[in-house]
Amino acid sequence: MSVVPVSYYLVLSAVLFGLGVVAFVFKRNIITILMAIELMLNAVNLAFVAFARAWGQLDGLVFVFFVIVVAAAEAAVGLAIVIRIYQNRQSLNIERVNLLKF
Amino acid sequence: MTVPFILFFVFALTAIGGALLLILAREPIHSALSLILVMMSLAGLYLMLGAEFVAAVQIIVYAGAIMVLFVFVIMLLNAGVEERTDYSKMAKYAGIPLGILLLLDLAHWMAHSLIGRTPANGAGSANVMVSTRDLSVQLFQKYLFPFEATSILILIAILGALVLAKRDE
Repeated sequence: MSVVPVSYYLVLSAVLFGLGVVAFVFKRNIITILMAIELMLNAVNLAFVAFARAWGQLDGLVFVFFVIVVAAAEAAVGLAIVIRIYQNRQSLNIERVNLLKF
Repeated sequence: MTVPFILFFVFALTAIGGALLLILAREPIHSALSLILVMMSLAGLYLMLGAEFVAAVQIIVYAGAIMVLFVFVIMLLNAGVEERTDYSKMAKYAGIPLGILLLLDLAHWMAHSLIGRTPANGAGSANVMVSTRDLSVQLFQKYLFPFEATSILILIAILGALVLAKRDE
């Protein structure tokens, strides 16, 4: 029984990261943009696990936990900011948040 | 085609399809549900890579806790169909080709770095699981300080979320 090569997982990780970047750039809803960040973090996690498997070391798996913790903290603070923006602008459209836009 | 390959392609295509749905869906709640689909299939891939504990954490923390938070906020704010705006010309004519280029480059180098390499300790014991015990020994000995630091990070995040979301009277 053959095993799937690690490079397959890495290519999938790259594709998911690219889709996350595309979603981050093209979506106009702030909540969906935060979800795109989560998608990119997930793609990175897949690469971590695949490399950990390839080299037979556990460090990559430990880093996945740290990434998940940071993602949880980021989601909590980010969604609090989203609620705040909605209270101020009555809109979730990122185009309405243009105070710092050049 | 053997069973691991078929499983890999099922999970991989589900993940990519979920990511595409996230981009194409116009309601945020649909995007959230498709992101949960991506996370579930990634958990399956982690199981195939022998990381059972990571797979469990992926489902419990990511698909469970974080996505529930997202869905909660979507329902709280009653987020409907997102407005479409005219994308800038720059994004259309420079962004899309450059994005595709970046994607191909990433995929190429990642595939190139480990081409054809099957997982280590795969000889004969292809399905060996990383034991949770080894993982926790690593976490609580070698990475004890970063582990403790994350608890402070979470504390600060809780405080920050509370301060931000509090409605001023």
